Amino acid sequence: MNPAQHTLIAAGEASQHRPLIITLFAVFVAATLVITVWAGRQTKDAADFYAGGRQFTAFQNGLAVSGDYMSAASFLGIAGAIALFGYDGFLYSIGFLVAWLVALLLVAEPLRNSGRYTMGDVLAYRMRQRPVRTAAGTSTIVVSIFYLLAQMAGAGVLVSLLLGITSDAGKIGIVALVGLLMIVYVTIGGMKGTTWVQMVKAVLLIAGALLLTFMVLVKFHFNVSDLLGSAADNGGKGSAFLEPGLKYGATGTTKLDFISLGIALVLGTAGLPHILIRFYTVPTAKAARKSVIWAIGLIGAFYLMTLALGFGAAALIKPDEIIASNKAGNTAAPLLALHLGGVDSNWGAILLATISAVAFATILAVVAGLTLASSSSFAHDIYANVIKRGQATEKQELGAARWATVGIGAVSIVLGALARDLNVAGLVALAFAVAASANLPTILYSLFWKRFTTSGALWSIYGGLVTAVGLVLFSPVVSGKPASMFPDVDFHWFPLENPGIISIPVGFLLGVLGTYLSKDEPDQGKYAELEVRSLTGTGAH
Amino acid sequence: MATETPPPSKTPTKLPSTEEFVAEQESAEFGELRRAHRSFAFPLTIGFIAWYLLYVLLSNYADDFMGTQVVGNINVALVLGLAQFLTTFLIAWWYSRHAAAKLDPKAEAIKSRLEGGE
Repeated sequence: MNPAQHTLIAAGEASQHRPLIITLFAVFVAATLVITVWAGRQTKDAADFYAGGRQFTAFQNGLAVSGDYMSAASFLGIAGAIALFGYDGFLYSIGFLVAWLVALLLVAEPLRNSGRYTMGDVLAYRMRQRPVRTAAGTSTIVVSIFYLLAQMAGAGVLVSLLLGITSDAGKIGIVALVGLLMIVYVTIGGMKGTTWVQMVKAVLLIAGALLLTFMVLVKFHFNVSDLLGSAADNGGKGSAFLEPGLKYGATGTTKLDFISLGIALVLGTAGLPHILIRFYTVPTAKAARKSVIWAIGLIGAFYLMTLALGFGAAALIKPDEIIASNKAGNTAAPLLALHLGGVDSNWGAILLATISAVAFATILAVVAGLTLASSSSFAHDIYANVIKRGQATEKQELGAARWATVGIGAVSIVLGALARDLNVAGLVALAFAVAASANLPTILYSLFWKRFTTSGALWSIYGGLVTAVGLVLFSPVVSGKPASMFPDVDFHWFPLENPGIISIPVGFLLGVLGTYLSKDEPDQGKYAELEVRSLTGTGAH
Repeated sequence: MATETPPPSKTPTKLPSTEEFVAEQESAEFGELRRAHRSFAFPLTIGFIAWYLLYVLLSNYADDFMGTQVVGNINVALVLGLAQFLTTFLIAWWYSRHAAAKLDPKAEAIKSRLEGGE
C-alpha cells in the first residue's frame, strides 16, 4: 500500500467518524461561546475589555499565557518537525522555552508596573506620544498578523486531514469559520472571555499531549533509548536522525539560517504583543512574575512531551506517509493518535478525532488572543492616542476596538486563505524575528537606557520592522523555491529563510544611531517616572 | 494560588509629581533597588544567552561531539538539549527567590512611601 493510499484511509477512517469529530468541535465551540457570553456580561469598562479586570490569579494567568503560547506551531509544527527531521525539530522547542527567561528577568514586571493596556503604553511612556504610539501600533499589528497566518494555515491543514476536504473552497470555508468565531470571542468576551478560553484550551492541550505521551511510552515499555532507536531505524536515517543537522546541516547557508532562527526564537518572545498584554490581567508585578514561572513550568513540560510525540510518530509511522499527508509534517501528531489507537479500529479514529479537536481548539484560542492584541493596540494606541489625541471617551475607544476586531478578522480570513499551504512552525518563527527586531530593542532601551530618545525609538521600531519584513519578502520563503509562497516566480536574493541574524542587530543598532544622530533630547523627568514606577509599582493601574 | 497583595482599586492612586520621581530616582534607596535588579538580571541574561548560543553553535559545527553516545541511543546532543531545559527551570527558580528576598521588600517600601504622599 503506498503512503497516499494510507493517508486516504486515515482520512476515510476519520470521515466514518465525521459525526463524532463534528460533535467534539461543536462541544468545544459551544462551551467557549458560553464562557464568552458570560464574560461579556461582566465586561463593563476598558480595564475589563483590555485587561480582564486585572483580577486573574498568577496561576490562572500562567495557564492562559501557556495557552496563548502553545500554538498550532508548537503542537503540530514541532511534533511534525521532529517526526521528519529528528533532532533538528527539537531545537525549536529549546529556543521557544529559553526565550521566557528574557521575559521573566527583564520585561514582564516592569511592563506590568508601568503600562496600562498595550505594549505601546510602555514604548511610548517617555517619548512623544503620537509618533511612537503609531509605530508601536503598526508593529503590533504586523507581528500579530504574521502569527495569525501560521494559525490559519494550521486550521486548513487539520480540516483537510479530518474531513477529507481537499477542495480549496472547503479549506477557505474553514478559515472563514475560524475568523468569524474569533471576532465573536473578542468583541463579546474581551480579555476576560479570551483568558478563560485560553485556560480551557491549555488544560485540553496538556491533557491530550499527556495521553499520547503516555501511550507512546507504554508502547516502548518506558525505554527511551528503544524509542529513539526505533525512530532512527523506522525512517531509514539511522543515528543521523538523533543528531543535529538533518534539516539545517546541509550547507554553510542552512547552518547560518539555523543560527538566525535560534537568535530570533530566543529574543522574540519578550517582544510578542499578545503575550505581553497578558501581564496586565493580574493585579501586581509579583503576580506577573509568578505567572511567568507557572508558564515556564507548563510550557517546558509540554515541550518535553512533544519530544515523545515527534519521536513516537517517527518510530511508528513511515516518513512517506507523514509527508504524503502534509509536506511540512504538520499532521504528524494527529496521525500518531490514529496509529496508537490502531489504524483499522474505531479507537484509532476516536483518538484521531479527539487530538484534532484539541488542535483545533488551540488554533481558535491563539487566534482570539492575537486578534485581541492587535485590536487593542489599534483602539488604544492609534485611535485614542493618535487620531483622537487622548480625547476619546472610553465608550468611543471600546467601540473602535470592536470595529478593529471585525476589520482584523476580515483581513486574516483573506490572508489565511492565501497562506493555507505554508509551513506552520516556520511562519511562527518569522513572527518571532519581526518581534525581536522591531519591539524588543525599544522595550529594553526604554526601560533601561537613560539617554534613549523618541528618534531612537522610531528608528529602531520602523528600521527593525522594515528590515525584517523586507528580508522575508526577498527570501526563499516567498519566492524561488518549490516550497515558497509563490514557487513560479523568483525574486529572492536574500539566501536565508529567517531574517533574524541581520534584522535583530539592525533594530538594536538603529536605536543607538537614532538616539545619537538626532537632535532629540531625552525627557529626563519622564524617564525618572518610568524607571521608578517600573521597578517599584508606584501608581500601577 | 491566591495573590497576597490586595487588588488595586479601579481608580489609580494619585501619582507623585515629576520632581518627586526625579528625587526618588536619585535617592540612595532607589539606587540600591536598581543595583539589586540589574546586577542580578543583566549578567544572568548574558550568561544564559551565551550558553544557549554555545548550544546552537555546537549543534551546527560539532557533529562528532554531539553524536557521541552516552547511554544506549541517548547522545550528547540530547543531553545538552535537556540541560537547556534544566538550566531554564533553575534560573527561573533562582530569580524568583532573588526577587522575593532582595527586590520585593525594597520596592514595596519605596512604593508605600511614594503613594502615602505627604
